[in-house]
Amino acid sequence: MATLRSSRLLAPAVAHPGTAYRERGQWQMAFERFLEHRLAVAGIVVLALLALLSALAPLVSPYNPEKTNLLLIFESPSLSHPMGTDSLGRDLATRILYGGRVSLSVGVLAIAVAITLGTLIGGLAGFYGRWIDAVLMRVVDMMLSFPRLFLLILFGVFFKGMTLGVIVVVLGVLSWMPTSRLVRATFLSLKHRDFVEAARCVGARNRDIITRHILPNSLAPIIVAATLGVAGAIITESTLSFLGLGIQPPTPSWGNMLKDATSEMNQAPWTAIFPGLFIFLAVVSINFIGDGLRDALDPKHVTKRT
Amino acid sequence: MITYVLRRLIQAVPLLLGITVVSFAILKAIPGGPMAAYEGNPNITDEDIRRLEHALGLDQPVYIQYLSWLTAFVTGDWGYSYSSHRPVLASIVERLPNTLYLMGTVYVVTLLVAVPIGIFTALRQYSWFDHIVTGTTFAFLSTPTFWLGLLLIIVFGLQLHLLPLGGMATLGTDFDVVDRIRHLILPVATLSLVGIGRYVRFLRASMLETLTQDYLRTARAKGLVERVVVARHALKNASIPLVTVAALDLPELFVGALVTEQIFGWPGMGRLYWDAATRSDYPVIMGFLAVAAALIILANLAADVFYAYLDPRIRYA
Repeated sequence: MATLRSSRLLAPAVAHPGTAYRERGQWQMAFERFLEHRLAVAGIVVLALLALLSALAPLVSPYNPEKTNLLLIFESPSLSHPMGTDSLGRDLATRILYGGRVSLSVGVLAIAVAITLGTLIGGLAGFYGRWIDAVLMRVVDMMLSFPRLFLLILFGVFFKGMTLGVIVVVLGVLSWMPTSRLVRATFLSLKHRDFVEAARCVGARNRDIITRHILPNSLAPIIVAATLGVAGAIITESTLSFLGLGIQPPTPSWGNMLKDATSEMNQAPWTAIFPGLFIFLAVVSINFIGDGLRDALDPKHVTKRT
Repeated sequence: MITYVLRRLIQAVPLLLGITVVSFAILKAIPGGPMAAYEGNPNITDEDIRRLEHALGLDQPVYIQYLSWLTAFVTGDWGYSYSSHRPVLASIVERLPNTLYLMGTVYVVTLLVAVPIGIFTALRQYSWFDHIVTGTTFAFLSTPTFWLGLLLIIVFGLQLHLLPLGGMATLGTDFDVVDRIRHLILPVATLSLVGIGRYVRFLRASMLETLTQDYLRTARAKGLVERVVVARHALKNASIPLVTVAALDLPELFVGALVTEQIFGWPGMGRLYWDAATRSDYPVIMGFLAVAAALIILANLAADVFYAYLDPRIRYA
């Protein structure tokens, strides 16, 4: 193990004997490893572009996403409407950009909720153990035994479709379980390490031990899980909106645009292709970023390039 | 081993009970409910609604309602659908085979395609074939099931007119195997392609790890043909984790089936749940959630048992 790691670190120095020794922090080293993962960097670029275009949608597009125009129904893609128009004559590209605001923010915010809950619950279970652990982990088992979409459908029916805030909270509350398992496992493996015992010996309180010593050392897997979680949340939100229970029209989201498209696929296949393409682009970018982060943050993880 | 299975089965009971309690509580906590459809209807007075609620037992305390549901459920009386007035058990028994038929085909197709590809990519790591496969599988993993379904419908149904757009069979015709298969292709493709992505990536990683093991070097050193080394020594061990993946996949597949059944008008459990959920049909919702949870728990148990059987290093503890 020790020899393995040192040979890995020494390798460049051996290859270039003249290279001066450069001191680097572990986050900086992780960042440099991340940059080597070309697809992950490409993912960041694409995602940033998507987010920027969505955020600046009113400046980028001359059209109003909700204004109907009966003279422009089902225009196929052209220069003035690069992705065509829908059954109400609305510009599809514009609606996709506005939809991106919804889909991307739901993904990020819902996972923020899920990670917070998961870290809190997993941390409690892992650190305190005993009955707290037993009870919390049975709850996790139970919540993992049926798919979150089943419950989301019930909530969706109740709220007659959901607003952004409701989706974020409900999706977050139904998505924290994997994170809590992960955090619990890292807490379990860290809590008897020497540096934690040392902190305890100098009289550190539990709260400080958790926040200063254990948590920072379990950040890497949490970050990776969060990234991949965002991709999952975007798919789940779009599925829910596709079923008609998520974000309600006329506010566009990638999912509800595809729902509208199901009845129009024959005349206007582009209405079914483009919104899905953007879900795909966002999710694939995020998955690449997650892959890159995993390679970068966990040096022991053998690099499996995709 | 029998004691292990029995113990796990007994442990599954409180889990299942917990799930029904939570589902019941959520249903009760959500306002609206089966009476919401009648509210605001001028022909139905408040008194009528109260009488209906009394007849259905909805005016009793929640825990009494739950206990009476549970005792009836255990004895096989799963109640009647609020909307179709048919027994819940009968509706589920009618729909479950259709979903199992779909999901079973998906599992078979997924494994038949994914296993050879997974092995081959691992054997030819970093070849052009490997690059294409890993790229494609990554793409499928990032594709929402429902969009994939829509694309397949557009291409093979609406543009090329090769395959039917939905349903299990052409209506009004006698049983015909070819017709059945033609209806099966698109939904199965929709569900399998995502699964194939997951299995190939998993098997490839697991194969690559196995290929570096000492016992493979031993097998080669004994002078075994490479084919035997791969098929008998490597594949056997590399495919053990696949059992867990297949079990963990089941909830995912259930969700996928729900969406796919919706898109392709497949008369299965997913459609049943969808119709029940959108109509606040509580007895059907409860029946569905209990069956789905039981199937998922059983699949996990089966995976654990099978896993221990395949890998003697794991003991039934």
